[in-house]
Amino acid sequence: MIDSNSHIITANKLTKTFGDFTAVDAISLDVHKGEIFGFLGANGAGKSTAMRMFCGLLSPTSGEASVAGFDVRTQSEMIKRNIGYMSQKFSLYEDLTVRENMRLYGGIYGMSSAAIKQKTAAIVEELHLQHELNSLVKTLPLGWKQKLAFSVAIFHNPPLVFLDEPTGGVDPITRREFWEMIYRAANAGTTVFVTTHYMDEAEYCNRVCIMVDGKIEAMDTPAQLRQQFHAKGMEDVFLQLARKATRSGD
Amino acid sequence: MYSITAHNISKDYQNGKAVVSALRDVSLQVKAGELFGLIGPDGAGKTSLIRILTTLLLPSKGTASVAGLDVVKDFKKIRQKIGYMPGRFSLYQDLSVQENLDFFASIFNTSIEANYHLIKDIYEQIAPFKDRKAGKLSGGMKQKLALSCALIHKPEVLFLDEPTTGVDVVSRKEFWQMLQHLKQEGLSILVATPYMDEAALCDRVALMQDGRFLQINPPADIIHSYTQPLWSVKASSMYALLQHLRDYKGIDTVFPFGETYHITASHSWQSPEALQQYLQQLGHEQINIQQITANIEDVFMHLMNQPHD
Repeated sequence: MIDSNSHIITANKLTKTFGDFTAVDAISLDVHKGEIFGFLGANGAGKSTAMRMFCGLLSPTSGEASVAGFDVRTQSEMIKRNIGYMSQKFSLYEDLTVRENMRLYGGIYGMSSAAIKQKTAAIVEELHLQHELNSLVKTLPLGWKQKLAFSVAIFHNPPLVFLDEPTGGVDPITRREFWEMIYRAANAGTTVFVTTHYMDEAEYCNRVCIMVDGKIEAMDTPAQLRQQFHAKGMEDVFLQLARKATRSGD
Repeated sequence: MYSITAHNISKDYQNGKAVVSALRDVSLQVKAGELFGLIGPDGAGKTSLIRILTTLLLPSKGTASVAGLDVVKDFKKIRQKIGYMPGRFSLYQDLSVQENLDFFASIFNTSIEANYHLIKDIYEQIAPFKDRKAGKLSGGMKQKLALSCALIHKPEVLFLDEPTTGVDVVSRKEFWQMLQHLKQEGLSILVATPYMDEAALCDRVALMQDGRFLQINPPADIIHSYTQPLWSVKASSMYALLQHLRDYKGIDTVFPFGETYHITASHSWQSPEALQQYLQQLGHEQINIQQITANIEDVFMHLMNQPHD
């Protein structure tokens, strides 16, 4: 059993195969508590498959991993209770109001009515949603929706939150406000595991991991990676690594 | 000669009792052979404009023409002359790559061979999978097939609605190379994208927000239109730095940009030395302040904050 007090995710030769296709090929990594960990890779590099294993949604073919202290193979239900998750594609129920969404998520994670009330008030204050509390989510501007979705993903105070391309299609100001929320959450102790196609956002991470063809090709701080690859920015680093890829896909 | 013109186009949608204005009085002219970018976030109105120009949606107000034809009166003729790649993958998932191409070619009374030179570079990349069902292709391959189908009848004007959304940096670069190649073949291209950095790859761009054009210009002119002094700041503790920059009276806006913050000066700004001193007093180390030129996102955010009439 792998475990460590300072690591919230540890993976040791984690592998997932579909038939004769190895989507994730013996990856090993440690994510430290409280860090913002950027998870990058070209389409088809194996990011989604790896992330689904970390979230307890997919059982590995071989290797092992623990997330928030639980084994991905045997304790996936406990993992789901102890993480937050948000993706660009799905986050909130459009036909429920802001308040109803928060009550629903709080209820799913077994929070008490008092705790839900308190947390709802805190989010409303932070996002200035006083007048929108009883509005349907579908009537909110996209930028607000994304910020609200993030707040809801960490509604139950999970120690770890997974963000899957959280800022796609968002305007540049909202994108930055969103990252400030990520900073605040990390500063308050939440570990953030995030994927993005925006290479400037990779620079905001404490550490970045780049997957190519199912393997981890690089993992370090953005500054170290820039130095190692003699690159001006993370985009250069990414291009150098991803161009080596021999497979493509989603 | 313009391949696309739009005059004072507005589009309103009814959403329950509320009226949503997707386009508010926008006008543009795209020259023949031009690669023109509509750049803006989701909800800016890019898709509504493209759907009006491709004759799939009627404008609430205003007039538009494509290839010299009116988008309302001459919609049937326009459809012969344009290629359109919608944002959502819209080919037949249960037909193979080859069958999809044959299907679109036969609809336009042509054949894959007739205009093969146009799709050659793109098609060769998907040819090894020509018997695979379109629904089983990877994202990048679907994108290439969709582009091939949009080109099969040698359109005069090509409309691409967010072809690179959700696509990784490498595939995005490849896609833009294909567009440059098509431009050389003489096609006029209107492409929508939420990625600001793709503006630099267009001849001209319209920056869009809330149904309006913030500016239409060649990308270099957009950068030059930004005349405010702009600085990049970094220090060893970036999170603390953000708060301290926000508290500093000499600064108007602070935005994270990669590993630095970009700041604009307010009227009580003194000098970079004064800021350096302020940050040193707060205990910051490895402070680096540099005057920089704006990039397209700086300009976009600046324009977003301007009041409009």
